[in-house]
Amino acid sequence: MLDFLTVTLPISGVPVNIGLLVLLGVAVGVLGGFFGMGGAWMVTPALNIFGFPMPFAVGTDLCHMAGKSIISTRRHAKFGNVDMRLGLTMLAFDVVGIEIGARLVMFLERLGLAGPVIRWVYVIFLFLIAALVFYDYFKKRAMEKAAPSAGGDEGSAVRWHETLHKIKIPPIIRFDVAGVECSMWLPATVGLLVGILAGFLGIGGGLLMMPALVYLIGCPTYVAVGTDLFTVMIAGFYGAFTYGMKGRIEFLAVIFMLMGAAPGAQIGTIATKYIRGYGIRLIFGITVVCAMISVILKQMGLTAAATWMVMGAVSVLTVVVVVGMVQGAVREIRAKKS
Amino acid sequence: MGARGWILRARVVAIGAVLTAMPTWLLAGGGEKQGKLVHVADTRNLKGINLYFADLYNTNRFLFTLEVVAITALMGLVLGLVMDWVVGRIGLDLSKREGKE
Repeated sequence: MLDFLTVTLPISGVPVNIGLLVLLGVAVGVLGGFFGMGGAWMVTPALNIFGFPMPFAVGTDLCHMAGKSIISTRRHAKFGNVDMRLGLTMLAFDVVGIEIGARLVMFLERLGLAGPVIRWVYVIFLFLIAALVFYDYFKKRAMEKAAPSAGGDEGSAVRWHETLHKIKIPPIIRFDVAGVECSMWLPATVGLLVGILAGFLGIGGGLLMMPALVYLIGCPTYVAVGTDLFTVMIAGFYGAFTYGMKGRIEFLAVIFMLMGAAPGAQIGTIATKYIRGYGIRLIFGITVVCAMISVILKQMGLTAAATWMVMGAVSVLTVVVVVGMVQGAVREIRAKKS
Repeated sequence: MGARGWILRARVVAIGAVLTAMPTWLLAGGGEKQGKLVHVADTRNLKGINLYFADLYNTNRFLFTLEVVAITALMGLVLGLVMDWVVGRIGLDLSKREGKE
């Protein structure tokens, strides 16, 4: 069925259904705009499952992520969610880290180990991130139950950033949009570490950057989402350049995915207007768990099960975000009319 | 121990070190040769824009990269403007958001 949509990609020679690429673009656009990330943690395994060799999956994903992030970042900037100073500080070190990570991938490719090593490192980090997000969510719920009157907007239940802000190595910088004052070396170090992992895993950094901005830097969720997308956009372009030079980008796939990502990114970004910060974090945690299970299934050789896991999870979560956005939009339009 | 003894000991250590390191050197040398992975796009059945990009990929990787990055940026910008216009028609206020954690 739908064989007429299957084309052989010109550079990698992989036969792929372009309908699936567009749908993947839509879903990743929605979830990426909503969580503030490129969505590589879905795209890289999905492309790998579609038959792309892992380095091509990574390079193609980084390139598509760069284009899609332009769309989401513009929208978040209009909402006032982007702290450019914080983003640029982290980015300067993030880019260095990405290059180190990309070189690690090429080294592993020469040894013939790129696929399995990248997948297992993926699994470990997905697990750690999901555990942190759920711990934070349930701790926050418990705090709200214990003191309902204080359960408003006071920030994260996990407050590692307060300890990190006590490290006063000059220069100390004030990041106005994020409402954070800390040593410049804190975002710089976080940016470098995120970059190394991002370049290695081919995930643009959003998956790591979003929780890092919230839990290590101390940003509100919305500013973390917007600032993250800003850094993902530039890091994505750098990643696209370096993987392009290494010959690991399938440009035709990038074009089809961008066509789907354009409407998706708008929907996902607008949904953040109506869904509260901790709601975003909870859906984020669930998505990370789904991604982790799919990568494990793939590593176990259960490719079909991994495909269903990725596509099923992405579809359900996309529907959840779209429904949230539509409900919020309907409320707003009705309120305007009344 | 005399000078001759020290020289003999140094030779033994040096030979031992070379023998220990040799497998690593050989493996490293093998790794370098294997490492020259060059991917070439098969252009035999391609035409139009696919043929153009595949040819460019094979012949000028730098230009290929520049064009890919530039077109991606342009597509992102144009598609973003188009989607802004479409969403603006719906009547939502896209200039502000209620910030709530």
